[in-house]
Amino acid sequence: MFKRSLVVLLLLAVLVSACAAPTAAPTQAKAFRIAVVMPSATTDMAFSQSMWNALVTIQKEMGGEAALEIKYSENMFNVPDAATAIRDYASQGFDVVIAHGSQYGSSVQEIAKDFPKTTFAWGTDVNTFGMPNVYAYTAAAEEGGYVNGVLAAKLTKSKTIGVTGPVEVGDAKTYIDGFVQGVAAVDPTIKVSKTWTGSFSDVALMTEAAKTHIAAGADILTGSSQSVVGSIGAAKDAGNVLWFGTQQDQASLAPNLVVASQVYDWTGMLREIIASNKAGTLGGKTYTLHLSNDGLKIAYNSGYALPADVKAVGDKAIADIISGAVKVEP
Amino acid sequence: MPLEVNEKTARTHRIDWAGIFVNLLLPLAGILMALLIGAIMLIILKVNPLTAYAELVKGAFGSASGITQTLVKATPLLLVGLGICIAFRASVINIGGEGQIIAGAIAATWWPLTFRTWPGWILLPTTLIVGFAAGAAWGFIPGILKARLKVNEILSTVMMNAIAIQTMNLLIRSVLMDPAGVTAGTYLAQSERLPEQVWLVRLVPQTLLHAGSLIAVVLAVLVYIFLWRTTLGYRIRAVGFNPEAARFSGINVPFNQALALTLAGGFSGIAGAIEVLGVQHRLLEGITGGYGFSGIVAALFGGLHPLGTIPASILFGALLVGGDSMQRAVQVPNSLISAILGLVVLFVVGSALWTRRWTAKRQIAAMKKGEGQL
Amino acid sequence: MSELLQVSVIVGILTSAIRLATPYLYAAIGETFAQSSGVLNLGVDGIMLVSAYASFFVVLHTGNLWLGLLAAIIVGLLMGLLMSFISVTLKAEQGISGIGLYMFGLGLSSLLFKTTIGTVKTVTGFQPVKIPLLGDIPFLGKIFFNQSLLVYGAFLLVPIAWWVLEKTTWGLKIKSVGQNPAAADSLGVSVDRVRYVSVCLGAILAGIAGASLSISLLNLFQDNLTAGQGFIAVALVYFGGWRPVGVLWGAMLFSIVNAFQLWVQVLGVKIPSDVAIMLPYLLTIAALAITTNRGRQPAALNKPFERGES
Repeated sequence: MFKRSLVVLLLLAVLVSACAAPTAAPTQAKAFRIAVVMPSATTDMAFSQSMWNALVTIQKEMGGEAALEIKYSENMFNVPDAATAIRDYASQGFDVVIAHGSQYGSSVQEIAKDFPKTTFAWGTDVNTFGMPNVYAYTAAAEEGGYVNGVLAAKLTKSKTIGVTGPVEVGDAKTYIDGFVQGVAAVDPTIKVSKTWTGSFSDVALMTEAAKTHIAAGADILTGSSQSVVGSIGAAKDAGNVLWFGTQQDQASLAPNLVVASQVYDWTGMLREIIASNKAGTLGGKTYTLHLSNDGLKIAYNSGYALPADVKAVGDKAIADIISGAVKVEP
Repeated sequence: MPLEVNEKTARTHRIDWAGIFVNLLLPLAGILMALLIGAIMLIILKVNPLTAYAELVKGAFGSASGITQTLVKATPLLLVGLGICIAFRASVINIGGEGQIIAGAIAATWWPLTFRTWPGWILLPTTLIVGFAAGAAWGFIPGILKARLKVNEILSTVMMNAIAIQTMNLLIRSVLMDPAGVTAGTYLAQSERLPEQVWLVRLVPQTLLHAGSLIAVVLAVLVYIFLWRTTLGYRIRAVGFNPEAARFSGINVPFNQALALTLAGGFSGIAGAIEVLGVQHRLLEGITGGYGFSGIVAALFGGLHPLGTIPASILFGALLVGGDSMQRAVQVPNSLISAILGLVVLFVVGSALWTRRWTAKRQIAAMKKGEGQL
Repeated sequence: MSELLQVSVIVGILTSAIRLATPYLYAAIGETFAQSSGVLNLGVDGIMLVSAYASFFVVLHTGNLWLGLLAAIIVGLLMGLLMSFISVTLKAEQGISGIGLYMFGLGLSSLLFKTTIGTVKTVTGFQPVKIPLLGDIPFLGKIFFNQSLLVYGAFLLVPIAWWVLEKTTWGLKIKSVGQNPAAADSLGVSVDRVRYVSVCLGAILAGIAGASLSISLLNLFQDNLTAGQGFIAVALVYFGGWRPVGVLWGAMLFSIVNAFQLWVQVLGVKIPSDVAIMLPYLLTIAALAITTNRGRQPAALNKPFERGES
C-alpha cells in the first residue's frame, strides 16, 4: 500500500517537473543552425564521420558555436526513428537538416513537404524528388577507387591485391568497382580478389578476411566500411602490407602502411548550401563529390615514402578523370 | 513459468483489474529506479536530469508527432510480442524474431512487386498472408528441428537470424534491388518502392501512424481468444505449464511446441510485412529495427498476456521514442539512451519478484476464502 | 575448387579458425558453467563489449597488457554479479534480464568509448608467441603453436573446464544445482551461492573473450566490436551439450567453416558471397541435427529456484 503510493507520488513529481521545466533553450541570435541525422557513430572512421568532420571544420571556419549551431543524432539505423528526428529538428526551426543516409529518402520526401522554409539535404542519392527545398548528394566513389587502383597496381610486387568489403551495395560497391578498373588499366594480369563479410560492423570477420588475403599472397589491401579498421590492423600485423582507404583519411591507424585514402570532403558542398540558404535558395540541386570539384580528395600519407614516379602516375590518373579523358563506371 | 497472470481469473473470464494495476505499476517503479541511475550518468555528462527526463516525457506524449511515433513503434513490438506470448506459453524461447521479421518483409516486398497489377483489395490482404506465411516458415524450421531432431531452439533461431540477414543481402543486391538505383549508379541497398495500392493507409496526416496499428490490436484480441478459448490454445498453454502432465494427458508436446514456434514466426513475419507496407513502402537494410529482441521485452513487460502486451508495447515504445527525443534535446550520445533502456529492462524484470509474491499471496488468500483451486 | 585442397590453403584455414574460435571458446565455456548451474545468461555479448573497452582503455594508457586483462576480468566479475543478483536473488526471468544486460553493455561500452577515447585507435596487444620445438613442426607448428597467449589460454581452458566440471566436488555441486536444485538444497548445498559463482565465472570468461578481441586479435576498439558474437557463443553451448569438449567441437566447426568460406571468396570460387557467409550457420544447424549424442540439458535451466517450489 505504502509502496504503491510512493511510486505514484514519484510519477507525479516527474510529470509536474515536465510541465515546469523550460521548453527549449533559447537559440543564439543569428547563429546558423544545422542538424544532422546519421546511421552510425560519428567515430566510425567511415561514412558518418566524414560528414561530422566536415561540419566541425565549417563550424570552426565560421567562428565557432556562436556562428554555427550543430545538433546531431547518431546510430539512427532504425528509419522511422530517424524520420522522427528529422521532423523534430525541422520543427525546432533548424535552417538545414541533413539526412545522412540513403535509407532516409522516403522520410525526407514526406517531411520536406511540411517544412517549406527548411533546407533538407540527403545522401547518398541523386533524387531531389523535384522539391525546391531538397538537396541530394552523393560521392562518385569509383573515381577515387580508380586512382587508388592505379597506385596499387604500380606498387604491388606480388601482383596480388586483396579487397575486403562489407556488402556489395552503395558506395562500397562503386568504390571497389572503380578500384578494380584502376588496377586493370595499369596491368590486367594483376589478380584482385574480393571478399564480402555480409556486415558493416563485423570487425573480427573483416580482420580474418584481410589475413586470408595476405596468406593467399596479397601485399596490398583495400576495402570499405567502418569495420575495415580490422583490415588495417591485419596489414599492420603482417608488417609490410600496404593499405588504400576510402571515405576517411585512415593514415592515423597505420602511419607507415597507409599509402593514400580517398577522402570525402563535404565542406565545399556545405559552404554552398549554407550560402544558398542565406540567399534564399533552399534546395533543388544534386551535389556529387568528384575529384574535379574537390569533393573527393586523394590524401597521400606523408608517413609512407611513395616513389615519385608512382605518385606521378596517380596524379595523372586524377587529372585524366577530371578532364574526362578517363571515364570510370560506377 | 511466470505467475503474473491470474490463471483462475482467466478461466472464469473476469478481468483482473487489480492484477493488471499491480503488473503495470511495479514495472513503472522499476523504470523509475533505472531512470534514477540514468540521472547519475546524465549529471556526470553535465546534463540536468530533470530537463532531460522532461524532454523524454514530452517527446513520447507531448505532441501529436510524439504520440503517433510511439504508436508506430509499439506496433511491431506488439506483433512480435504476440508471437513471443504464444511461444513462451509453450515453454519455447523464440529469439529468432529478427530473422522471422526479415522473412516476412522479404515476402511482403516480393509479392506486391510481382503482382503489381492486382487491385489493392486483393493485393493487400494477400500480401499480409504471404508475410505471415514466410515468417511462419522461418519459425517452422527451428520448430520441426526441435520436435523431430531435438535441436535446441536457441541455437537454431540464432543461426536462422544470421541466415535471414544474408538472404536479404543477397536478394536486395540482386533481384530485388531498386532499378532506379542501378541506373543512377548508386546501387542503394533497397528494393523498388511498392505499388501504392498496397500501402497501409496513414491514419493521421503528416505522421507515420498507419492502419497496421489497428491490425495489430485486432490480432492481439484474436490471440487472446486463441489461447484461452480454443482447445488448441489450451493445449499450447498446458505444454508450457507442465510438459510432463500434458504428455500424460495425451497432448503431443513436440507438435504443439513446433506449432507455437511456427505461429510466433508468423506474427514476427507480419511485423516485418507491416513495417514494409505501412512505414517504409519498400524493403531496405535495417528493416527489423531490432524489434526481434525488443518485442521479447515488450511481451515480458506485458506478463506474456496478449492483451497486457498492448499497454506494455506502448509503454516500451514511449521509452524508445522519448529517449530519442531526449537525446536530440540535450544532445547526449544515443548510446546513453541504450544503456538506460538496458537498466530499465533489468530493473523491471528484477521487480517481478514482488509482483509474483503479491500474486501468490492473493491466491493463497483466495484459497483460504474457499474460492476454488489455483 | 581444387585450389582449396592445397596444403597452404588448409594450413591457412586452420590457422584462421583457431584465431576465430578463441573468443567463442572463452565465452561459450563460461556460459557452460553458468548454464550447468541452471542460469541462462543472454547478456554475454554485453559483457564482452564492456570488458573489451575496459581492457583496451587500460592498455592504451598504460601499455601493460596484463593490467588490461585484469581490467577485463574485473569488469566481467562486476557484470556477473549484477546478472547473478537479478537472476538468482531477485529470481527474474533470465532470458530477458540477459537481454537487458546486453542492451546496457552495448550502450555503456559505446558511451565510454565516445567520451573517453573518441576515435578508433590501435594498440600493440598480445603478440603471437612461438612455442619452442612444437612451433617448428611443419604445418602443425604454424597452425597451433604460433598463436598469441590468449589463444593458447582459450584452448587450455577446455581440458581445465572439463576437469573442474567432471572431477571436482565443485563441479559436482554446479551440475547438481542445475539438475535438481531442491535435492541439492536439501543436501546442504547453497543453491544461490553456487549459481552466483558459476554466473560470475562465466562472466569473467566472457570478459576475457572481450579482451581477446580488443587487446589480442584485433588490437582496437570500435562501437559494437563483437557484432553479436556473444549470442553465437550462447548457441554453441547448446551445440556442445553442456560439455566443454562439445563446445570445442562447435566452436571449431563454426570457425573452420567461416575461415573456409573466406578462402572460397579469396580464391574466387563462383558462389555468391552471401551464400558463402551463410555456410557456418547452416552447417552448425545441420551438424547438430545429425548428432545423436545430445548431452543433457540441465533440468533446472532458466528456472529460478525458490525454496518451497519444485
